[in-house]
Amino acid sequence: MVSRHNLSHAFEIKGGDFGKAGCVSLEIKEILRDLGIDPAIVRRAAIAAYEAEMNVVMYAESGKVVLRLNPKVIRITLEDQGPGIHDIEMAMQEGYTTATDQMREMGFGAGMGLPNIKKNADRFELKSKVGKGTSYNIIIHLNPEGGT
Amino acid sequence: MTLREVVERLGLRALTSDVAGDAEVTGGYTGDLLSDVMANGRPGNIWITMQTHQNILAVAKIKDLAGIVLVNSRRPDKETVWKADKENVTVLGTNESAFRLSGRLYRLLEDP
Ligand SMILES: Nc1ncnc2c1ncn2[C@@H]1O[C@H](COP(=O)(O)OP(=O)(O)O)[C@@H](O)[C@H]1O
Ligand SMILES: [Mg+2]
Repeated sequence: MVSRHNLSHAFEIKGGDFGKAGCVSLEIKEILRDLGIDPAIVRRAAIAAYEAEMNVVMYAESGKVVLRLNPKVIRITLEDQGPGIHDIEMAMQEGYTTATDQMREMGFGAGMGLPNIKKNADRFELKSKVGKGTSYNIIIHLNPEGGT
Repeated sequence: MTLREVVERLGLRALTSDVAGDAEVTGGYTGDLLSDVMANGRPGNIWITMQTHQNILAVAKIKDLAGIVLVNSRRPDKETVWKADKENVTVLGTNESAFRLSGRLYRLLEDP
């Protein structure tokens, strides 16, 4: 059933827009769920998308997300215009955050977003140019036994 | 145990117009950090928190939580109520602390 799907959807995220924050990930979740994909896999994709989306809302000016699906994998790519990350290795460490006090009061800034993406993705690549922006490439296998 | 039963047994208040009473409660998770709940909450859990803003709703939906309980008599923000109704997320309230409610929920689920 899933093997027949080939699709591509694009979404825009606005930096600083906490009112809409999460909308893109919820839409991605709905699309994948409606295709009949295993709920546990849908949830992993949605969690990874959410953490990437929130990072655009919190740290960048704007971002573009593309969800692609082929018979084997879910691929979520995100590119943002923003400050970029100067030390990716440090950013990937659990607990590291540059969130403001106001964001922390709202429960953001646990420094667990990038680790959460890594945990839920089968492959996660993060690239960044300081002063330009950051790009996320998230891959989740549809068939746990299958390769890429 | 269903959410309806948990609401009744723990005397929780509905803060949204609908309670997804038939939802099966699988356990609970207590915390105020959104990414922590994203990482450690489980589908069907009741999320016990003092966060009242609208961003808690996306967390509940993405994690397929059974519902959210706001502790210490905290009132949800206006947008939270409005959006929760629209998106069918159950938000409940209690006068009790997170510690006390977590303890009571734990006991109820362990020994119904
Ligand atoms: N898209 C981004 N643009 C700029 N900085 C980012 C971006 N994503 C992550 N970062 C940096 O990496 C840090 C860690 O991110 P994350 O693990 O999601 O934790 P948190 O968002 O809670 O800080 C952030 O605090 C921020 O400094
Ligand atoms: Mg983050």
